Amino acid sequence: MKPLRPGRIVAFTLLLMGGIVMIMPLLFMLATSLKTSSEVYELHLLPREPTLDNYLEILTRSPFGRWFLVSFSVASLTTASVLFFDSLIGYTLAKFRFRGRTFVFIAIMSTLMIPTEMLVIPWYVMAKSLGWLDTLWGVMFPGMMSGFGVFLMRQFFLGVPDELLDAARMDGLNEFQIFWQVALPLVTPALSALAIFAFLGNWTAFLWPLIVTSSPSLYTVPVGLASLSGEFQTDWEMIMTGSSIATIPTLLVFILLQRNIISGIMLTGLKG
Amino acid sequence: MSGLTIARRQAVWAWIFLALPLAYFSLVRFWPALDAFSLSLSKWNLVGPRRYVGLANYERMAADPVFWQVLANTFEYLLLGLPVSLALSFLVAYHLDRVQTGHGLLRALYFLPHLTTATALAWVWRWFYQPAPVGLFNNWLSVFGIAQQPFLRSTFQALPAILVPAIWAALGFQIVIFLAGLKAIPRSYYEAAEIDGAGSPQILREITLPLLLPSFVFLLITTSIGLLRIFDLVYNMTAGGDGGPLNATKPLVLSIYQSAFARMDMGYASAQTVVLFVILLLLSLLQMRLLRARP
Repeated sequence: MKPLRPGRIVAFTLLLMGGIVMIMPLLFMLATSLKTSSEVYELHLLPREPTLDNYLEILTRSPFGRWFLVSFSVASLTTASVLFFDSLIGYTLAKFRFRGRTFVFIAIMSTLMIPTEMLVIPWYVMAKSLGWLDTLWGVMFPGMMSGFGVFLMRQFFLGVPDELLDAARMDGLNEFQIFWQVALPLVTPALSALAIFAFLGNWTAFLWPLIVTSSPSLYTVPVGLASLSGEFQTDWEMIMTGSSIATIPTLLVFILLQRNIISGIMLTGLKG
Repeated sequence: MSGLTIARRQAVWAWIFLALPLAYFSLVRFWPALDAFSLSLSKWNLVGPRRYVGLANYERMAADPVFWQVLANTFEYLLLGLPVSLALSFLVAYHLDRVQTGHGLLRALYFLPHLTTATALAWVWRWFYQPAPVGLFNNWLSVFGIAQQPFLRSTFQALPAILVPAIWAALGFQIVIFLAGLKAIPRSYYEAAEIDGAGSPQILREITLPLLLPSFVFLLITTSIGLLRIFDLVYNMTAGGDGGPLNATKPLVLSIYQSAFARMDMGYASAQTVVLFVILLLLSLLQMRLLRARP
Protein backbone atom coordinates (compact mmCIF):
# COMPACT_ATOMS: atom_id res chain seq x y z
CA MET A 1 0.00 0.00 0.00
CA LYS A 2 1.29 3.40 -0.95
CA PRO A 3 0.65 6.12 1.62
CA LEU A 4 -2.28 8.35 0.67
CA ARG A 5 -1.10 11.68 -0.60
CA PRO A 6 -3.25 14.80 -0.10
CA GLY A 7 -3.40 15.24 -3.88
CA ARG A 8 -5.04 11.85 -4.22
CA ILE A 9 -7.67 12.67 -1.62
CA VAL A 10 -8.51 15.97 -3.33
CA ALA A 11 -8.74 14.19 -6.70
CA PHE A 12 -10.98 11.51 -5.23
CA THR A 13 -13.28 14.06 -3.60
CA LEU A 14 -13.56 16.09 -6.80
CA LEU A 15 -14.26 12.95 -8.84
CA LEU A 16 -16.95 11.90 -6.38
CA MET A 17 -18.57 15.34 -6.51
CA GLY A 18 -18.46 15.28 -10.29
CA GLY A 19 -20.02 11.81 -10.27
CA ILE A 20 -22.85 12.98 -8.04
CA VAL A 21 -23.47 15.92 -10.38
CA MET A 22 -23.59 13.40 -13.24
CA ILE A 23 -26.41 11.38 -11.73
CA MET A 24 -28.23 14.39 -10.23
CA PRO A 25 -30.61 14.77 -13.20
CA LEU A 26 -31.55 11.09 -12.90
CA LEU A 27 -32.10 11.47 -9.14
CA PHE A 28 -34.34 14.49 -9.70
CA MET A 29 -36.26 12.56 -12.33
CA LEU A 30 -36.85 9.59 -10.00
CA ALA A 31 -37.59 11.73 -6.93
CA THR A 32 -40.07 13.92 -8.81
CA SER A 33 -41.90 10.87 -10.14
CA LEU A 34 -42.65 9.99 -6.51
CA LYS A 35 -43.95 13.45 -5.60
CA THR A 36 -47.50 14.78 -5.58
CA SER A 37 -48.23 17.62 -7.97
CA SER A 38 -48.31 20.16 -5.13
CA GLU A 39 -44.75 19.28 -4.17
CA VAL A 40 -43.16 19.17 -7.62
CA TYR A 41 -41.78 22.70 -7.77
CA GLU A 42 -40.25 22.70 -4.32
CA LEU A 43 -36.50 22.63 -4.30
CA HIS A 44 -35.87 19.76 -1.90
CA LEU A 45 -34.93 16.57 -3.65
CA LEU A 46 -36.66 13.90 -1.59
CA PRO A 47 -40.45 13.69 -1.60
CA ARG A 48 -42.03 14.22 1.83
CA GLU A 49 -44.68 11.59 1.22
CA PRO A 50 -43.46 9.32 -1.56
CA THR A 51 -46.33 8.00 -3.63
CA LEU A 52 -46.67 5.65 -6.56
CA ASP A 53 -49.88 7.36 -7.72
CA ASN A 54 -48.16 8.89 -10.74
CA TYR A 55 -47.07 5.45 -11.90
CA LEU A 56 -50.55 4.01 -11.48
CA GLU A 57 -52.07 6.95 -13.32
CA ILE A 58 -49.66 6.81 -16.26
CA LEU A 59 -50.02 3.06 -16.64
CA THR A 60 -53.81 3.32 -16.74
CA ARG A 61 -53.97 6.45 -18.90
CA SER A 62 -51.50 5.39 -21.58
CA PRO A 63 -50.43 2.15 -23.30
CA PHE A 64 -46.99 2.22 -21.68
CA GLY A 65 -47.07 -1.52 -21.07
CA ARG A 66 -47.78 -2.08 -24.74
CA TRP A 67 -44.86 0.21 -25.77
CA PHE A 68 -42.59 -1.84 -23.58
CA LEU A 69 -43.70 -4.99 -25.31
CA VAL A 70 -43.10 -3.42 -28.73
CA SER A 71 -39.65 -2.10 -27.75
CA PHE A 72 -38.71 -5.38 -26.18
CA SER A 73 -39.86 -7.44 -29.18
CA VAL A 74 -38.11 -5.15 -31.67
CA ALA A 75 -34.88 -5.03 -29.68
CA SER A 76 -34.68 -8.76 -28.98
CA LEU A 77 -35.65 -9.93 -32.47
CA THR A 78 -33.23 -7.57 -34.22
CA THR A 79 -30.50 -8.48 -31.73
CA ALA A 80 -30.99 -12.19 -32.39
CA SER A 81 -30.83 -11.58 -36.13
CA VAL A 82 -27.75 -9.35 -35.87
CA LEU A 83 -25.96 -11.92 -33.69
CA PHE A 84 -26.66 -14.78 -36.06
CA PHE A 85 -26.01 -13.10 -39.40
CA ASP A 86 -23.14 -10.83 -38.38
CA SER A 87 -21.23 -13.72 -36.86
CA LEU A 88 -21.94 -15.93 -39.87
CA ILE A 89 -20.71 -13.21 -42.25
CA GLY A 90 -17.74 -12.39 -40.04
CA TYR A 91 -16.81 -16.07 -39.83
CA THR A 92 -17.08 -16.58 -43.59
CA LEU A 93 -14.95 -13.53 -44.30
CA ALA A 94 -12.34 -14.53 -41.73
CA LYS A 95 -12.05 -18.27 -42.32
CA PHE A 96 -12.97 -19.09 -45.92
CA ARG A 97 -10.72 -18.59 -48.92
CA PHE A 98 -12.63 -17.69 -52.07
CA ARG A 99 -12.49 -15.27 -54.94
CA GLY A 100 -14.32 -12.01 -54.11
CA ARG A 101 -13.75 -12.19 -50.36
CA THR A 102 -11.99 -8.84 -50.10
CA PHE A 103 -14.60 -7.22 -52.31
CA VAL A 104 -17.45 -8.46 -50.11
CA PHE A 105 -15.64 -7.29 -46.97
CA ILE A 106 -15.01 -3.81 -48.36
CA ALA A 107 -18.56 -3.57 -49.67
CA ILE A 108 -20.05 -4.40 -46.27
CA MET A 109 -17.63 -2.07 -44.47
CA SER A 110 -18.52 0.75 -46.84
CA THR A 111 -22.13 0.60 -45.57
CA LEU A 112 -20.78 2.03 -42.31
CA MET A 113 -20.15 5.27 -44.19
CA ILE A 114 -23.84 5.67 -45.08
CA PRO A 115 -25.64 7.59 -42.33
CA THR A 116 -29.06 6.25 -41.27
CA GLU A 117 -30.51 9.70 -41.92
CA MET A 118 -29.74 9.29 -45.60
CA LEU A 119 -31.54 5.95 -45.74
CA VAL A 120 -34.72 6.77 -43.82
CA ILE A 121 -36.44 8.45 -46.77
CA PRO A 122 -35.83 5.57 -49.23
CA TRP A 123 -36.72 3.10 -46.45
CA TYR A 124 -39.98 4.96 -45.93
CA VAL A 125 -40.75 4.86 -49.66
CA MET A 126 -39.89 1.17 -49.72
CA ALA A 127 -41.98 0.37 -46.63
CA LYS A 128 -44.89 2.30 -48.08
CA SER A 129 -44.90 0.41 -51.37
CA LEU A 130 -44.51 -2.96 -49.64
CA GLY A 131 -47.18 -2.28 -47.01
CA TRP A 132 -44.69 -2.29 -44.13
CA LEU A 133 -45.58 1.14 -42.75
CA ASP A 134 -46.95 1.02 -39.23
CA THR A 135 -46.03 -2.64 -38.70
CA LEU A 136 -43.60 -4.32 -36.33
CA TRP A 137 -41.55 -5.62 -39.26
CA GLY A 138 -41.43 -2.09 -40.62
CA VAL A 139 -39.75 -0.93 -37.40
CA MET A 140 -37.33 -3.85 -37.47
CA PHE A 141 -36.22 -4.47 -41.05
CA PRO A 142 -33.48 -1.79 -41.25
CA GLY A 143 -31.67 -3.28 -38.25
CA MET A 144 -31.54 -6.98 -39.09
CA MET A 145 -27.79 -6.96 -39.93
CA SER A 146 -25.07 -4.40 -39.27
CA GLY A 147 -21.71 -3.66 -40.82
CA PHE A 148 -20.28 -2.84 -37.41
CA GLY A 149 -21.11 -6.31 -36.08
CA VAL A 150 -19.54 -7.95 -39.13
CA PHE A 151 -16.33 -6.03 -38.48
CA LEU A 152 -16.30 -6.94 -34.79
CA MET A 153 -17.02 -10.64 -35.33
CA ARG A 154 -14.51 -10.96 -38.18
CA GLN A 155 -11.78 -9.50 -35.95
CA PHE A 156 -12.50 -12.16 -33.36
CA PHE A 157 -12.84 -15.09 -35.77
CA LEU A 158 -9.44 -14.19 -37.25
CA GLY A 159 -8.02 -15.24 -33.88
CA VAL A 160 -9.59 -18.73 -34.02
CA PRO A 161 -6.90 -21.24 -35.11
CA ASP A 162 -7.48 -22.98 -38.48
CA GLU A 163 -6.23 -26.31 -37.09
CA LEU A 164 -9.26 -26.48 -34.83
CA LEU A 165 -11.62 -26.08 -37.78
CA ASP A 166 -9.66 -28.59 -39.87
CA ALA A 167 -9.85 -31.12 -37.04
CA ALA A 168 -13.61 -30.69 -37.00
CA ARG A 169 -13.67 -31.27 -40.78
CA MET A 170 -11.76 -34.52 -40.25
CA ASP A 171 -14.44 -35.52 -37.76
CA GLY A 172 -17.00 -35.17 -40.54
CA LEU A 173 -18.83 -32.05 -39.37
CA ASN A 174 -20.30 -29.96 -42.18
CA GLU A 175 -19.31 -26.32 -42.55
CA PHE A 176 -22.37 -24.95 -40.77
CA GLN A 177 -21.86 -27.33 -37.85
CA ILE A 178 -18.23 -26.23 -37.63
CA PHE A 179 -19.32 -22.60 -37.46
CA TRP A 180 -22.10 -23.27 -34.99
CA GLN A 181 -20.54 -25.89 -32.71
CA VAL A 182 -16.81 -25.16 -32.91
CA ALA A 183 -16.10 -21.55 -33.87
CA LEU A 184 -19.02 -19.66 -32.32
CA PRO A 185 -18.46 -20.83 -28.70
CA LEU A 186 -14.91 -19.46 -28.92
CA VAL A 187 -16.00 -15.87 -29.46
CA THR A 188 -18.62 -15.46 -26.73
CA PRO A 189 -17.05 -12.23 -25.32
CA ALA A 190 -17.52 -10.59 -28.72
CA LEU A 191 -21.04 -11.98 -28.99
CA SER A 192 -22.06 -10.59 -25.63
CA ALA A 193 -20.57 -7.18 -26.48
CA LEU A 194 -22.42 -7.17 -29.80
CA ALA A 195 -25.65 -8.30 -28.12
CA ILE A 196 -25.49 -5.44 -25.64
CA PHE A 197 -24.78 -2.84 -28.34
CA ALA A 198 -27.48 -4.13 -30.66
CA PHE A 199 -30.08 -4.33 -27.91
CA LEU A 200 -29.37 -0.90 -26.43
CA GLY A 201 -29.10 0.67 -29.88
CA ASN A 202 -32.53 -0.62 -30.82
CA TRP A 203 -34.02 0.12 -27.41
CA THR A 204 -33.06 3.79 -27.61
CA ALA A 205 -33.59 4.25 -31.37
CA PHE A 206 -35.82 7.22 -32.06
CA LEU A 207 -35.75 8.61 -35.60
CA TRP A 208 -36.82 5.55 -37.61
CA PRO A 209 -39.54 4.29 -35.21
CA LEU A 210 -40.87 7.86 -35.10
CA ILE A 211 -41.10 7.92 -38.89
CA VAL A 212 -42.44 4.45 -39.58
CA THR A 213 -45.10 4.16 -36.87
CA SER A 214 -48.31 6.13 -36.78
CA SER A 215 -50.67 4.18 -34.53
CA PRO A 216 -49.89 4.49 -30.80
CA SER A 217 -50.22 0.72 -30.37
CA LEU A 218 -46.99 0.29 -32.34
CA TYR A 219 -44.91 3.03 -30.70
CA THR A 220 -41.64 2.05 -29.11
CA VAL A 221 -40.90 3.40 -25.62
CA PRO A 222 -38.95 6.50 -26.79
CA VAL A 223 -41.60 7.44 -29.36
CA GLY A 224 -44.44 6.79 -26.93
CA LEU A 225 -42.71 8.85 -24.25
CA ALA A 226 -42.20 11.75 -26.66
CA SER A 227 -45.86 11.80 -27.68
CA LEU A 228 -47.07 11.34 -24.10
CA SER A 229 -44.87 14.16 -22.78
CA GLY A 230 -46.14 16.40 -25.54
CA GLU A 231 -49.69 15.66 -24.36
CA PHE A 232 -49.01 16.21 -20.66
CA GLN A 233 -47.70 19.72 -21.43
CA THR A 234 -47.06 21.06 -17.92
CA ASP A 235 -47.73 18.02 -15.74
CA TRP A 236 -44.04 17.67 -15.06
CA GLU A 237 -44.44 15.01 -12.38
CA MET A 238 -46.20 12.85 -14.99
CA ILE A 239 -43.49 13.51 -17.58
CA MET A 240 -40.83 12.59 -15.02
CA THR A 241 -42.76 9.42 -14.22
CA GLY A 242 -42.85 8.46 -17.89
CA SER A 243 -39.15 9.23 -18.21
CA SER A 244 -38.44 7.12 -15.13
CA ILE A 245 -40.40 4.18 -16.49
CA ALA A 246 -38.43 4.42 -19.73
CA THR A 247 -35.12 4.65 -17.86
CA ILE A 248 -35.49 2.15 -15.00
CA PRO A 249 -35.06 -1.02 -17.16
CA THR A 250 -31.79 0.24 -18.65
CA LEU A 251 -30.58 1.11 -15.16
CA LEU A 252 -31.38 -2.44 -14.02
CA VAL A 253 -29.64 -3.92 -17.07
CA PHE A 254 -26.64 -1.76 -16.29
CA ILE A 255 -26.47 -2.90 -12.69
CA LEU A 256 -26.67 -6.53 -13.82
CA LEU A 257 -24.28 -6.32 -16.76
CA GLN A 258 -22.02 -3.44 -15.78
CA ARG A 259 -18.83 -5.40 -16.26
CA ASN A 260 -19.84 -6.76 -19.68
CA ILE A 261 -21.04 -3.39 -20.95
CA ILE A 262 -17.90 -1.55 -19.96
CA SER A 263 -15.52 -4.24 -21.17
CA GLY A 264 -17.55 -4.44 -24.42
CA ILE A 265 -17.04 -0.73 -25.06
CA MET A 266 -13.37 -0.99 -24.17
CA LEU A 267 -13.02 -3.94 -26.54
CA THR A 268 -14.51 -2.15 -29.52
CA GLY A 269 -12.67 1.05 -28.69
CA LEU A 270 -9.37 -0.80 -28.83
CA LYS A 271 -10.26 -2.90 -31.87
CA GLY A 272 -11.79 0.00 -33.81
CA MET B 1 -20.49 -31.89 -53.17
CA SER B 2 -18.06 -34.67 -52.42
CA GLY B 3 -16.69 -34.60 -55.96
CA LEU B 4 -15.38 -31.05 -55.57
CA THR B 5 -11.87 -30.01 -54.59
CA ILE B 6 -11.46 -28.56 -51.10
CA ALA B 7 -11.02 -25.05 -52.49
CA ARG B 8 -14.18 -25.32 -54.59
CA ARG B 9 -16.16 -26.67 -51.67
CA GLN B 10 -15.03 -23.78 -49.49
CA ALA B 11 -16.13 -21.28 -52.11
CA VAL B 12 -19.53 -22.93 -52.46
CA TRP B 13 -20.11 -22.87 -48.71
CA ALA B 14 -18.95 -19.25 -48.50
CA TRP B 15 -21.46 -18.10 -51.09
CA ILE B 16 -24.24 -20.13 -49.45
CA PHE B 17 -23.52 -18.36 -46.16
CA LEU B 18 -23.26 -14.97 -47.85
CA ALA B 19 -26.28 -15.20 -50.18
CA LEU B 20 -28.92 -13.85 -47.82
CA PRO B 21 -26.64 -11.20 -46.23
CA LEU B 22 -25.59 -9.91 -49.65
CA ALA B 23 -29.21 -9.64 -50.74
CA TYR B 24 -30.00 -7.80 -47.50
CA PHE B 25 -27.12 -5.33 -47.73
CA SER B 26 -27.94 -4.66 -51.39
CA LEU B 27 -31.64 -4.05 -50.82
CA VAL B 28 -31.57 -2.30 -47.43
CA ARG B 29 -28.29 -0.36 -47.66
CA PHE B 30 -26.89 0.10 -51.18
CA TRP B 31 -30.07 0.46 -53.15
CA PRO B 32 -31.62 2.97 -50.69
CA ALA B 33 -28.35 4.96 -50.67
CA LEU B 34 -28.42 5.20 -54.47
CA ASP B 35 -32.12 6.03 -54.30
CA ALA B 36 -31.31 8.92 -51.92
CA PHE B 37 -28.95 10.39 -54.55
CA SER B 38 -31.55 9.90 -57.25
CA LEU B 39 -34.31 11.44 -55.08
CA SER B 40 -32.08 14.45 -54.45
CA LEU B 41 -32.34 15.16 -58.19
CA SER B 42 -36.14 14.83 -58.20
CA LYS B 43 -39.23 16.60 -57.07
CA TRP B 44 -41.71 14.33 -55.35
CA ASN B 45 -44.40 14.58 -52.68
CA LEU B 46 -44.83 10.79 -52.30
CA VAL B 47 -48.30 10.90 -53.89
CA GLY B 48 -47.94 12.41 -57.35
CA PRO B 49 -45.41 11.46 -60.04
CA ARG B 50 -41.68 11.60 -59.30
CA ARG B 51 -40.10 14.20 -61.60
CA TYR B 52 -36.41 14.64 -62.50
CA VAL B 53 -35.37 18.24 -61.84
CA GLY B 54 -31.58 18.14 -62.13
CA LEU B 55 -29.77 20.19 -59.53
CA ALA B 56 -32.80 22.32 -58.66
CA ASN B 57 -32.93 21.07 -55.05
CA TYR B 58 -29.27 21.95 -54.51
CA GLU B 59 -29.78 25.40 -56.03
CA ARG B 60 -32.77 25.94 -53.78
CA MET B 61 -30.67 24.87 -50.79
CA ALA B 62 -27.90 27.32 -51.66
CA ALA B 63 -30.43 30.15 -51.90
CA ASP B 64 -32.29 29.23 -48.70
CA PRO B 65 -31.20 31.31 -45.68
CA VAL B 66 -32.82 28.78 -43.31
CA PHE B 67 -30.64 26.02 -44.74
CA TRP B 68 -27.51 28.08 -44.10
CA GLN B 69 -28.68 28.77 -40.57
CA VAL B 70 -29.30 25.05 -40.07
CA LEU B 71 -25.81 24.27 -41.32
CA ALA B 72 -24.34 26.94 -39.04
CA ASN B 73 -26.28 25.49 -36.08
CA THR B 74 -25.03 22.00 -36.87
CA PHE B 75 -21.43 23.17 -36.84
CA GLU B 76 -22.06 25.21 -33.71
CA TYR B 77 -23.09 21.98 -31.93
CA LEU B 78 -19.89 20.40 -33.21
CA LEU B 79 -17.44 23.20 -32.52
CA LEU B 80 -18.78 24.00 -29.04
CA GLY B 81 -19.45 20.41 -28.03
CA LEU B 82 -16.34 18.64 -29.25
CA PRO B 83 -13.61 20.48 -27.27
CA VAL B 84 -15.71 20.67 -24.10
CA SER B 85 -16.67 17.00 -24.08
CA LEU B 86 -13.21 15.69 -24.95
CA ALA B 87 -11.51 17.94 -22.39
CA LEU B 88 -13.97 16.96 -19.65
CA SER B 89 -13.83 13.25 -20.37
CA PHE B 90 -10.04 13.22 -20.55
CA LEU B 91 -9.80 15.12 -17.28
CA VAL B 92 -12.10 12.67 -15.52
CA ALA B 93 -10.53 9.56 -17.07
CA TYR B 94 -6.97 10.70 -16.31
CA HIS B 95 -7.73 11.11 -12.63
CA LEU B 96 -10.09 8.15 -12.42
CA ASP B 97 -7.35 5.90 -13.81
CA ARG B 98 -5.17 6.70 -10.79
CA VAL B 99 -7.89 6.14 -8.20
CA GLN B 100 -8.03 2.61 -6.84
CA THR B 101 -10.56 2.90 -4.02
CA GLY B 102 -14.08 3.19 -5.36
CA HIS B 103 -12.92 3.10 -8.98
CA GLY B 104 -15.86 0.95 -10.08
CA LEU B 105 -18.44 3.06 -8.26
CA LEU B 106 -17.09 6.34 -9.65
CA ARG B 107 -16.96 4.93 -13.16
CA ALA B 108 -20.56 3.73 -12.81
CA LEU B 109 -21.73 7.21 -11.74
CA TYR B 110 -20.15 8.82 -14.79
CA PHE B 111 -21.32 6.09 -17.13
CA LEU B 112 -25.00 5.86 -16.12
CA PRO B 113 -26.39 8.80 -18.13
CA HIS B 114 -24.94 7.29 -21.30
CA LEU B 115 -27.29 4.31 -21.11
CA THR B 116 -30.54 6.19 -20.72
CA THR B 117 -32.88 7.01 -23.58
CA ALA B 118 -32.29 10.45 -25.08
CA THR B 119 -36.02 11.09 -25.09
CA ALA B 120 -36.23 10.69 -21.31
CA LEU B 121 -33.11 12.81 -20.74
CA ALA B 122 -34.43 15.52 -23.03
CA TRP B 123 -37.63 15.94 -21.04
CA VAL B 124 -35.80 15.98 -17.71
CA TRP B 125 -33.53 18.78 -18.92
CA ARG B 126 -36.42 20.58 -20.57
CA TRP B 127 -38.05 20.70 -17.17
CA PHE B 128 -34.84 22.01 -15.53
CA TYR B 129 -34.75 24.91 -18.00
CA GLN B 130 -38.36 26.11 -17.48
CA PRO B 131 -39.00 29.58 -16.05
CA ALA B 132 -39.62 29.91 -12.29
CA PRO B 133 -41.47 28.59 -10.37
CA VAL B 134 -41.39 25.44 -12.51
CA GLY B 135 -37.81 25.04 -13.64
CA LEU B 136 -35.12 23.85 -11.27
CA PHE B 137 -32.32 26.06 -12.58
CA ASN B 138 -34.30 29.29 -12.39
CA ASN B 139 -35.46 28.36 -8.89
CA TRP B 140 -31.86 27.95 -7.84
CA LEU B 141 -30.90 31.22 -9.51
CA SER B 142 -33.58 33.04 -7.56
CA VAL B 143 -32.39 31.47 -4.30
CA PHE B 144 -28.97 33.00 -4.96
CA GLY B 145 -30.51 36.28 -6.14
CA ILE B 146 -29.26 35.90 -9.71
CA ALA B 147 -31.36 37.17 -12.62
CA GLN B 148 -33.74 34.69 -14.23
CA GLN B 149 -32.55 33.15 -17.52
CA PRO B 150 -34.71 32.33 -20.56
CA PHE B 151 -32.63 29.24 -21.53
CA LEU B 152 -34.69 27.35 -24.15
CA ARG B 153 -36.75 30.45 -24.93
CA SER B 154 -33.79 32.54 -26.05
CA THR B 155 -32.38 32.34 -29.56
CA PHE B 156 -28.94 32.83 -28.05
CA GLN B 157 -29.06 30.45 -25.06
CA ALA B 158 -31.20 27.64 -26.46
CA LEU B 159 -28.53 25.88 -28.52
CA PRO B 160 -25.94 25.69 -25.71
CA ALA B 161 -28.75 24.67 -23.34
CA ILE B 162 -29.48 21.66 -25.57
CA LEU B 163 -25.79 20.93 -25.94
CA VAL B 164 -25.32 20.51 -22.18
CA PRO B 165 -27.35 17.27 -21.91
CA ALA B 166 -25.78 16.07 -25.18
CA ILE B 167 -22.30 16.42 -23.66
CA TRP B 168 -23.49 15.06 -20.32
CA ALA B 169 -24.94 11.90 -21.89
CA ALA B 170 -21.90 11.14 -24.06
CA LEU B 171 -19.33 11.66 -21.31
CA GLY B 172 -19.58 8.15 -19.86
CA PHE B 173 -18.76 6.51 -23.18
CA GLN B 174 -15.78 8.78 -23.79
CA ILE B 175 -14.43 8.21 -20.28
CA VAL B 176 -14.58 4.43 -20.76
CA ILE B 177 -12.70 4.69 -24.07
CA PHE B 178 -10.03 6.89 -22.49
CA LEU B 179 -9.75 4.50 -19.53
CA ALA B 180 -9.19 1.60 -21.94
CA GLY B 181 -6.47 3.61 -23.68
CA LEU B 182 -4.84 4.53 -20.37
CA LYS B 183 -4.90 0.93 -19.15
CA ALA B 184 -3.15 -0.19 -22.34
CA ILE B 185 -0.10 1.94 -21.49
CA PRO B 186 2.41 -0.36 -19.78
CA ARG B 187 3.05 0.58 -16.15
CA SER B 188 6.78 0.06 -16.71
CA TYR B 189 6.88 3.21 -18.87
CA TYR B 190 5.69 5.29 -15.95
CA GLU B 191 8.05 3.61 -13.52
CA ALA B 192 11.02 4.16 -15.84
CA ALA B 193 10.08 7.81 -16.22
CA GLU B 194 9.77 8.23 -12.46
CA ILE B 195 13.18 6.66 -11.93
CA ASP B 196 14.57 9.13 -14.47
CA GLY B 197 13.10 11.88 -12.30
CA ALA B 198 10.30 13.02 -14.60
CA GLY B 199 7.47 14.94 -12.88
CA SER B 200 3.75 14.36 -13.41
CA PRO B 201 3.30 17.10 -16.04
CA GLN B 202 6.27 15.80 -17.99
CA ILE B 203 5.02 12.20 -17.85
CA LEU B 204 1.60 13.38 -19.01
CA ARG B 205 3.09 15.33 -21.92
CA GLU B 206 5.70 12.85 -23.07
CA ILE B 207 4.18 9.46 -22.30
CA THR B 208 0.44 9.57 -21.63
CA LEU B 209 -0.74 11.98 -24.33
CA PRO B 210 1.28 10.56 -27.26
CA LEU B 211 0.34 6.97 -26.39
CA LEU B 212 -3.28 7.97 -26.03
CA LEU B 213 -3.43 9.40 -29.54
CA PRO B 214 -5.42 6.48 -31.04
CA SER B 215 -8.10 6.91 -28.35
CA PHE B 216 -8.19 10.64 -29.06
CA VAL B 217 -8.59 10.10 -32.80
CA PHE B 218 -11.31 7.49 -32.26
CA LEU B 219 -13.24 9.79 -29.92
CA LEU B 220 -12.65 12.85 -32.07
CA ILE B 221 -14.41 11.13 -34.95
CA THR B 222 -17.19 9.30 -33.07
CA THR B 223 -18.02 12.41 -31.02
CA SER B 224 -18.04 14.60 -34.13
CA ILE B 225 -20.33 12.20 -35.95
CA GLY B 226 -22.65 12.08 -32.93
CA LEU B 227 -22.83 15.88 -32.69
CA LEU B 228 -23.33 16.38 -36.43
CA ARG B 229 -26.27 13.93 -36.31
CA ILE B 230 -27.92 15.43 -33.22
CA PHE B 231 -31.71 15.02 -33.43
CA ASP B 232 -33.46 13.28 -30.50
CA LEU B 233 -32.58 15.97 -27.95
CA VAL B 234 -33.53 18.89 -30.18
CA TYR B 235 -36.79 17.25 -31.26
CA ASN B 236 -37.79 16.65 -27.65
CA MET B 237 -36.50 19.85 -26.07
CA THR B 238 -37.98 22.43 -28.44
CA ALA B 239 -41.67 23.36 -28.48
CA GLY B 240 -43.47 21.09 -30.95
CA GLY B 241 -40.10 19.62 -31.93
CA ASP B 242 -39.57 22.49 -34.37
CA GLY B 243 -35.96 23.42 -33.60
CA GLY B 244 -36.98 26.87 -32.38
CA PRO B 245 -37.09 29.52 -31.18
CA LEU B 246 -36.86 30.91 -34.73
CA ASN B 247 -34.82 27.91 -35.98
CA ALA B 248 -32.07 28.84 -33.55
CA THR B 249 -31.49 25.23 -32.48
CA LYS B 250 -32.46 23.39 -35.66
CA PRO B 251 -29.75 20.94 -36.79
CA LEU B 252 -29.46 19.34 -40.22
CA VAL B 253 -31.21 16.08 -39.28
CA LEU B 254 -34.26 17.88 -37.88
CA SER B 255 -34.42 19.97 -41.04
CA ILE B 256 -34.29 16.77 -43.11
CA TYR B 257 -37.05 15.26 -40.97
CA GLN B 258 -39.27 18.31 -41.38
CA SER B 259 -38.73 18.58 -45.14
CA ALA B 260 -39.51 14.92 -45.65
CA PHE B 261 -42.20 14.08 -43.14
CA ALA B 262 -43.90 17.38 -42.35
CA ARG B 263 -43.78 18.96 -45.84
CA MET B 264 -43.51 15.74 -47.91
CA ASP B 265 -40.76 17.41 -49.92
CA MET B 266 -38.80 14.22 -50.56
CA GLY B 267 -36.40 15.64 -53.13
CA TYR B 268 -35.32 18.62 -51.04
CA ALA B 269 -34.98 16.43 -47.95
CA SER B 270 -32.82 13.94 -49.85
CA ALA B 271 -30.56 16.70 -51.12
CA GLN B 272 -29.96 17.67 -47.49
CA THR B 273 -29.13 14.06 -46.61
CA VAL B 274 -26.53 14.10 -49.39
CA VAL B 275 -24.94 17.15 -47.75
CA LEU B 276 -24.85 15.27 -44.43
CA PHE B 277 -23.34 12.25 -46.18
CA VAL B 278 -20.58 14.34 -47.75
CA ILE B 279 -19.72 15.99 -44.42
CA LEU B 280 -19.52 12.62 -42.65
CA LEU B 281 -17.52 11.11 -45.51
CA LEU B 282 -14.94 13.89 -45.29
CA LEU B 283 -14.72 13.23 -41.55
CA SER B 284 -14.08 9.52 -42.12
CA LEU B 285 -11.35 10.33 -44.64
CA LEU B 286 -9.80 12.63 -42.06
CA GLN B 287 -9.85 9.78 -39.54
CA MET B 288 -8.05 7.43 -41.94
CA ARG B 289 -5.45 10.08 -42.60
CA LEU B 290 -4.90 10.78 -38.90
CA LEU B 291 -4.60 7.08 -38.10
CA ARG B 292 -2.14 6.50 -40.90
CA ALA B 293 0.00 9.42 -39.72
CA ARG B 294 0.25 8.03 -36.20
CA PRO B 295 3.73 6.97 -35.11
